[in-house]
Amino acid sequence: MTTAAVTRPTKRRLTPSGVLFFTRDYAVLILLVVLIVVLAIATPSFFTFPNLINIVNQNTPVAIIAIAGTFVIISGNFDLSTGAIYACGSVTAAAIAVGTGNPWLGLLAAPVAGLVLGLVNGLAVTALKVHSFLATLATSLAFGAIAVLITGGSLIAVTTKGFTDLGRNRVGGVFVAVIVMVAFAVLMWFLLQRTVFGRHVFSVGGNHHAAELSGVRVMRVRIFVFMLSGLAAGGAAAIGVSRIASAQPQAGLTYSTDAIAAIILGGTSINGGVGAVWRSVAGVFLIALIGNGFDILNLNAQLKNLVTGVIILGAVALSAIGSRRR
Amino acid sequence: MTSTEEDPSGDAAFVQLRGISKRFGGTQALDDVTISLVLGEVHAFVGENGAGKSTLGKIVAGLYTHDSGHLLVGGEEVGRWDPLRAQRGGIAMIAQELSLVPELTVEQNVFLGIEHNTLGVMKGDLSARYAELESQAHFGLPPRVKVGTLRIADQQKVEILRALARDAKVIVMDEPTSSLTAHETARLHELILGLKAQGRAVVYVSHFLDAVLEVCDTVSIMRDGRLQRSGPVAAETKKTIVEAMLGKELAFSFPERAPAPDVAATPVLVLDALASDGGVVDASLVVRPGEIVGLLGLVGSGRTEILKAVFGVDRVTGGSLTFRGENIVTSSPRRSIARGMGFVPEDRHKEGLVLARSVRENVSLAFLRHFSTFGVVDGRKERREVTRSVTGLQMRPPAIGLPISGFSGGNQQKALLSKWLIGNPQLVILDEPTRGVDIGAKFTIYEAIIELARQGVAVLLVSSEHEEVLNLSHRAYLVSEFETRGEIDPATTTLDALLYKLFSVLEPKENA
Repeated sequence: MTTAAVTRPTKRRLTPSGVLFFTRDYAVLILLVVLIVVLAIATPSFFTFPNLINIVNQNTPVAIIAIAGTFVIISGNFDLSTGAIYACGSVTAAAIAVGTGNPWLGLLAAPVAGLVLGLVNGLAVTALKVHSFLATLATSLAFGAIAVLITGGSLIAVTTKGFTDLGRNRVGGVFVAVIVMVAFAVLMWFLLQRTVFGRHVFSVGGNHHAAELSGVRVMRVRIFVFMLSGLAAGGAAAIGVSRIASAQPQAGLTYSTDAIAAIILGGTSINGGVGAVWRSVAGVFLIALIGNGFDILNLNAQLKNLVTGVIILGAVALSAIGSRRR
Repeated sequence: MTSTEEDPSGDAAFVQLRGISKRFGGTQALDDVTISLVLGEVHAFVGENGAGKSTLGKIVAGLYTHDSGHLLVGGEEVGRWDPLRAQRGGIAMIAQELSLVPELTVEQNVFLGIEHNTLGVMKGDLSARYAELESQAHFGLPPRVKVGTLRIADQQKVEILRALARDAKVIVMDEPTSSLTAHETARLHELILGLKAQGRAVVYVSHFLDAVLEVCDTVSIMRDGRLQRSGPVAAETKKTIVEAMLGKELAFSFPERAPAPDVAATPVLVLDALASDGGVVDASLVVRPGEIVGLLGLVGSGRTEILKAVFGVDRVTGGSLTFRGENIVTSSPRRSIARGMGFVPEDRHKEGLVLARSVRENVSLAFLRHFSTFGVVDGRKERREVTRSVTGLQMRPPAIGLPISGFSGGNQQKALLSKWLIGNPQLVILDEPTRGVDIGAKFTIYEAIIELARQGVAVLLVSSEHEEVLNLSHRAYLVSEFETRGEIDPATTTLDALLYKLFSVLEPKENA
């Protein structure tokens, strides 16, 4: 219940609780900075432009999914189907590019497919009134099966010219994918913080009764966040498939949980109503740096997930302590 | 009895708080509070919202830990302090939000956590133990019924039984009557006197000063986290307590009624034999511009449901609803807002507020499009409008960027009211606008309601504090069994006469 620190007498100034709250609110940034400093000191090759841009580039698909997933979590929902949507998006993009010979048509088909699958999720949650956790768990199986059906279970290799431009090209030394991701993050930050829609997302997640009584179209907001999440998963798939120039139905299956872990690690509340886009971006790169640290420090890679898991648990526990003591 | 002096009866006190202080973030919730709780006494903690009375009760019961000072139970200072340790020390809390498991039966709830067991396997002696407990308490609750199906008043009894089952010597009750009818309140007071007669101490945290004067022996009056005085109730009157709570002399009265509306004006709202899927059977009423119309009925009479039908929360299934001359067939809160209605719901935490968000976001939520172009919110304009709206209602502090969860009940209620003022509504529907609100804030809310009427807004008002309806409204309808049952003139109706009416209309109809 209460921690020992609370019983300490003569706690007059804001300091101890202030520090606690700051640590809690910015835990992900503090950890990120600490990790960057440690890795920069430990290996000179870490803090170099090629290494850093590579880390960012490798994680653009998860980052894009997590950025849009932030809306889903803030609205008080879960989307466990982003991995399956990613798979569907990849195979759709590859199949259409191969079929039509037009690389951009294929790459564009991925986010469109994602949008449609997101709509399916949204309708399952609102019209069928199924809890989003269960609804998207079920749709992720169905979407995964669709991906298998499209490919017939095998891998689709894409040799269409120009297909890899999105995933591999650079502009001024920076990957196009990274630019897309950063632009998406800024756009989503704006959407969440500065628009009526963003406010409605917060209100639906914070208290959907109050939102309803304030005239917010709660169902529509829920459908939109799932469509946004689907769109992002499809977009992430376009980047991923363009990078490796082949698609298979097993691609990206862990992305749903990776993204949710990053969002929660960032400090967005699973209870809904509270969160931010930057938090999820920071969460993605914190997890990425832990992995990168294991690689460049030559640590036992099998411990990577253990450490990541413990850190996520610690971060969530820290925020829970903060909200429990009142 | 205790006195304001150096606690001469300290030995007799079972619980002693000495110089207790508690901070929440930047707020000093309690500052150097010294109080003794004596067995066999009913001790009231009173004060405005935010004065610290609830915090004090929660510290006694272990829900909060004090920052400094000493808490002595049974003569020994407590170290680590939490609800479990408090229970073992003989202190139980009956919180405002009851903490029962709705899916378990009465007896299962009563003995939850203290079941007799052998290696984790429960013994089958629940009923016997319950019967023993019941022989002391005489509550007459059905032991095998699921708690979720009981009325709030009965659930409270289950909580009391739980405390008794743990042999609590001190029972802290936080606003126990806030959701009870007058009749149930009287029953609770009998129970409290019974507990006292058994030699237990009861802490009665409440806004209702009449109740305090009626059942309590000692009263501790809080203001701004400080204890004003602690002494025998016999030495106090309602007036002296209110003055100590407010720190100034205040003749408690209602503001002057709003000017009488123009009877010839076209009504804003007309209900004719309205029925709804929320349970309303037959509601007929008229509200004119600038008129405050009250609905008077007991809790569960269907007052709230009539309001919900008007606002489009529930669907109209029969009769007619006419708003500003338009016969409304399909409705929803969204459409109602667009038509010019505003609704302050009964339960602000459940239905009114987005607690995790700021005052600003809560107040602007319903009319965001007023501050936005192409869906982009103009933050500056929003801040300006929200600030104007909340300062008009004297919300303190007017720090609109802070989460609304940190504000007192009165300020939260003001925020909910100011939310609708932004939209310049034609009809404002108020369900319990002053529930759990301190006296100072109540007065401000009354004035705001009257000001609305003065500006020509129609107001539909429901309150369990019938005095409010009688003193604010121009006309009022009696509501019972989900029907409107005639109209009264509030200005000429006394509270006693009203209560008689309310209870007599409740009498069973089958012999009629």
